[in-house]
Amino acid sequence: MALLCTLVRSLISMPLNALSAAGLEPGPTEGTTAVVRLSGRLDAYSVGPLWNMALAALAARGSVPVVIDAAGVDYCDGAGIALLIDLLRRPRPAGAEVSLRNLHSPFDRLFQQFDPKRFAPRPAPPRSREPLAERVGAVGAQVLREGYERIAFVGEFAAAVARTLTTPLRMRWGDALVIARDVGADAVPIVVLIGFLIGVILAFQTAVALRDFGADIFVANAVALAVLRELGPLMTAIILAGRSGSAFAAEIGTMKVNEEINALITMGLSPVRFLVVPRLLAGFLLCPLLTVIADLLGLMGGAAVMRSFGVPIVTYFQQVQSVATLGDLFGGLAKAFAFGLLVAGVGCMQGLKTGEGAISVGQSTTRAVVGGIILIVAADSVFAVIYNVLDI
Amino acid sequence: MAEQSIIRVEHLTIGYGGKALLDELNFEVRHGEVFAILGGSGSGKSTLLKHMIGLFPPMHGHIWLDGIDIATAEGAARLSALRRIGVAYQSGALFGSMTLAQNVRLPLEEYTELPDEAIELIAHTKLDLVGLKDFAESLPAEVSGGMQKRAAIARAMALDPAILFLDEPSAGLDPVTSAGLDQLILRLKRGLAVTFVVVTHELPSIFTIADRVIMLDPHVRGIVAQGRPQELRENSDNPAVRQFFNRQAGALETA
Repeated sequence: MALLCTLVRSLISMPLNALSAAGLEPGPTEGTTAVVRLSGRLDAYSVGPLWNMALAALAARGSVPVVIDAAGVDYCDGAGIALLIDLLRRPRPAGAEVSLRNLHSPFDRLFQQFDPKRFAPRPAPPRSREPLAERVGAVGAQVLREGYERIAFVGEFAAAVARTLTTPLRMRWGDALVIARDVGADAVPIVVLIGFLIGVILAFQTAVALRDFGADIFVANAVALAVLRELGPLMTAIILAGRSGSAFAAEIGTMKVNEEINALITMGLSPVRFLVVPRLLAGFLLCPLLTVIADLLGLMGGAAVMRSFGVPIVTYFQQVQSVATLGDLFGGLAKAFAFGLLVAGVGCMQGLKTGEGAISVGQSTTRAVVGGIILIVAADSVFAVIYNVLDI
Repeated sequence: MAEQSIIRVEHLTIGYGGKALLDELNFEVRHGEVFAILGGSGSGKSTLLKHMIGLFPPMHGHIWLDGIDIATAEGAARLSALRRIGVAYQSGALFGSMTLAQNVRLPLEEYTELPDEAIELIAHTKLDLVGLKDFAESLPAEVSGGMQKRAAIARAMALDPAILFLDEPSAGLDPVTSAGLDQLILRLKRGLAVTFVVVTHELPSIFTIADRVIMLDPHVRGIVAQGRPQELRENSDNPAVRQFFNRQAGALETA
């Protein structure tokens, strides 16, 4: 008996039409009632080809009652039941109903779990669109709300920083140091690489034009001014946005999703003071430091290219000294302070604005990087205007 | 003393985006009791808890925590209300970059002037209470989900709050650990007169620990029953309550 059971079970669980393929054929008409016979194995793999055939068979007998005879069905799983429900659920004219008979046990018990009428196809709800004015208004209100939110964040951040500066002992300096290491020391290799390559690229590009005039030495002018004033701070800030702005948003966003932010709030601890302030300080203080490295390596990249053109390094650096002023250096560094603050601020803000779930952490991270880069470039152009007016 | 209320919820309406989830709730939690909030999935138990600890502003009504309306309190008043409560979240919500001991130490470091060794000792005693003393130096990711929940309870108890809110403390724990947690709650209640507000749907736990319960039902958008769990099981004529306490399967359909 047990052996028989095992055999039956193994037959039932045999894959893909192993017993007998699913089949559909018309049976002999009984009076006015048409008969459609289903047979074989109805499972998720075999009902696919049958499905449309079965629907077509019913549609072809649209005006007479139809009986589906399942006597020949020797296996039926959830997909087979779904097929039967689909055949029975469709609206038919009165007097032309579809019915089912002879479905063997235990499949009939599975079938009886469902009432096909409850699965009757429902017309899609009409898509109501609000009038244009309303939609425009909603978008406008959303933009205003977000603007307000941002201003509130800036205010809150500023207040928290101010409070920390007046009571520095309350700052969690241990956390701040770890963040500073992540933002600063760990970024040095990539800043070194990018800084050097920027110097090399600039030198090559300007040399192409200047060599024709035998003005090789002026490559130093181009490299020095471009690196110190613009590209040093700009590239460093972009690296910071990609490395740390994104990390801030992802870290704080994940904390939000994990209710860790809620835990801080209910402990009466401000997430801004706890999480944002150390990151703002790290961004603010370390972006200029990294910029100094990028500046230095940029100049060295230029020197390497010039050396390959036969210009001695001493001559190159004398030329750099003669053209670049301390104003150029500090002008660039001043920008770096601002860029660092912006990148860290946007990263933290997006982190705190994270909604629910993993997707929103991803969105926050993207917004942190994109927003960071946009703000860097926008701020850079503001600086350009200011420096122009101030004649720096 | 035992009859005095420590939390009073009055005319509370809560919900999301202008849509009320629970309407016109009125109940109170008495000093030193274990008060359980019951209900099926999606009945708003955890949402109600989050309102009671001031995370979400209610649409309407008041939540008095020891005399302070957490719904409207700001600044020092709010802080003083928050200092009286401890919350253990459903997921634990431990700070992932800190060890279990550091997690428990955090509130102590922030709010007390205790010397470092004292903070260390207190943190270890709290972890010992939940049976995690040997894992004090582990990071949350290095211990099991059940241990994280227990560590979260230890952290919530760090400052010996008057009220402890536990969001599904035993969900996902094995029956032995879960029974141990129930014993812990009873010990703390008797020993330290801590008031507990527990969100749960674990029947054995409810009958072991809860002095009084309220049961939420999304269909009526409110409380369908309140009282002692034994009385509700025996006397309630509400079908939803009977179903819950007798573990009968009901229609899963909510439409």
